[in-house]
Amino acid sequence: MNQKYMYSLIAVIVLILIAYVGVEAAGLQVLFGIILPYIAVLIFIAGFVYRVMDWASSPVPFSIPSTCGQQKTLSWIKHDKIDNPTTTTGVIIRMMLEILLFRSLFRNTKFALNEGPKISYVWEKWLWLVSLAFHYSFLVVLIRHLRFFLEPVPVWLQWLEEVDTFFQLGLPGLFLTGAILLGATTFLFLRRIYLPEMRYISLAADYFPLFLIISIAITGILMRYFTKVYIVGVKELAIGLASFHPTIPDGIGVLFYIHLLLVSVFFAYFPFSKLMHMPGIFLSPTRNLANNTRFKRHINPWNYPVETHTYEEYEDEFREKMIGAGLPVEKELPVVEKE
Amino acid sequence: MNDKNKIIIGLILFFVFMTLPFWYNMGKAAPVPETKLTEKAKLAKECVKPKEVMRAEHMQLLDTWRDSVVRDADRVYINEKGKKFGMSLSTGDDSCMGCHSNKADFCDKCHNYASVREYCWDCHIEPPEPPKEKK
Repeated sequence: MNQKYMYSLIAVIVLILIAYVGVEAAGLQVLFGIILPYIAVLIFIAGFVYRVMDWASSPVPFSIPSTCGQQKTLSWIKHDKIDNPTTTTGVIIRMMLEILLFRSLFRNTKFALNEGPKISYVWEKWLWLVSLAFHYSFLVVLIRHLRFFLEPVPVWLQWLEEVDTFFQLGLPGLFLTGAILLGATTFLFLRRIYLPEMRYISLAADYFPLFLIISIAITGILMRYFTKVYIVGVKELAIGLASFHPTIPDGIGVLFYIHLLLVSVFFAYFPFSKLMHMPGIFLSPTRNLANNTRFKRHINPWNYPVETHTYEEYEDEFREKMIGAGLPVEKELPVVEKE
Repeated sequence: MNDKNKIIIGLILFFVFMTLPFWYNMGKAAPVPETKLTEKAKLAKECVKPKEVMRAEHMQLLDTWRDSVVRDADRVYINEKGKKFGMSLSTGDDSCMGCHSNKADFCDKCHNYASVREYCWDCHIEPPEPPKEKK
C-alpha cells in the first residue's frame, strides 16, 4: 500500500461517484453534460496559453543543448549532424525525431550487476515501445472522437476508423487503438508499482493522470462494447456543445456522463500538471538549441547593465589623496608635472 | 535568444486544431436523424427484442445469428415471447430486411450520423428501395 497512488485512485473513484450520483440521483445532466465541459475547455485553453506564454517570456540564459554525438570540429573528424546539431536544419531533424519517435527514450539502457559481479548495461526498449504506443493510440483516439463533433463526418476520419477496425474483431468492430491505449497505460502504471526505483520517485501527480486515462479508456470501452449508451444522443449532445446550442437528449445513460466528467477533469487539470510536457517538449532548451557556441555568442537576455568601477577610475578619483599619503600611483598628477 | 514569435505561431495552430469542432459547425447544430419505420414494421409493433435493446445491441444479435447460421445451420430464432423469426438479414419476409425494407431511412441515417460503416453489405445484396419510401 502506497499513499501516493491510493490518493490518486481515491480521487478518481470519487470523481466517478460524483458523476454517478449527480446524474442518477440528482438529475444534474445540465451540469455534467454542458456546464462542466465548457468550463473545462475554457480552463484548458486559457491555462495552456498562459503557461506557454510564461515560458516564452522567460528567455534561456545559457546555451545548454545536450550533446549526444561528436561536436563539429576538425574536418577529418566526423561530425554528428543530428545528435550534436550546429544548424537550424539539424535542430529541426533532432526535434522531430524526439517528438515523433521519442529518441531519448530509445537510448534507455538498464544498469545491472551480473554474476561476478560484472557491471553491464542491458538493452531496455519496453518503456520506449509502450510509451510510443500509448501516445500514438491516445492521439488516434482523440482524433477519432471528432466523429461526434463533426457532421457530416469527413472522409479522412472514416478512413482512420476503417484502418483502426482493420481486423474486424467482433461487433461493434474493435478499435485497436482503444485496446492499445488501455493496455499501455496499464503497463505504465504497473511499471511504477513493481519497480522499486520507479515507485520511489513516483508521486501522486504521476499516478493521477494515469488513473484518469485508464478510467477514461475503461468507460469508453464499456460504452462501445458492453453496457452501451444511446450513441445518436451522444452525438446530438456533442454537436450541441460544438455549435453553442447545447441540448441534453434523453436516455443517454449515466456511463457517458462519468466518461465526460473524467475527460473534463483531464482537460481542466492539464495546464496545472506534468501533462504540460506536451508543449514543453517543443520548448526544451537542451534539445531545441543548436550547439554553435564556438562561433555564435549566446548573450543572456536577462543580463542587466552592471555598474563597474575599474582601478583606473578609482585612481582618477583618489589620485591626489594617494600621492599625499605616499602611495604608488600608475599615473602622476598632470599639475605636478607642469611645475 | 527569444523565440516568442515562433511559439505564438505554434500556439495559434494548436488552438485552431483544438477548437476544430467549433469552426466546423459554425454555430449551427446539424439536424438529428430520425429513423422511419415501414408500414409493415409499424404494424408489427415490436421487433425481435424491445426497441431499446435492439437500438443498442442489434449488431451483437446479428453477429450471433451469423455464427449460428454459418456454423450450426440453425436458421430459426425464437424470441422471449416464443415468436419465431428467420435468422437472416435479407432473405424471406421474416428476416430483418423483410420488415425494415427501407435501408436508407432505417439503417443509413443513424449509421452515417454516428460514422459507423456496417460491413453487412460487403457480402449481402442491398434490398431494392421501395419507390414509395424513397420520397
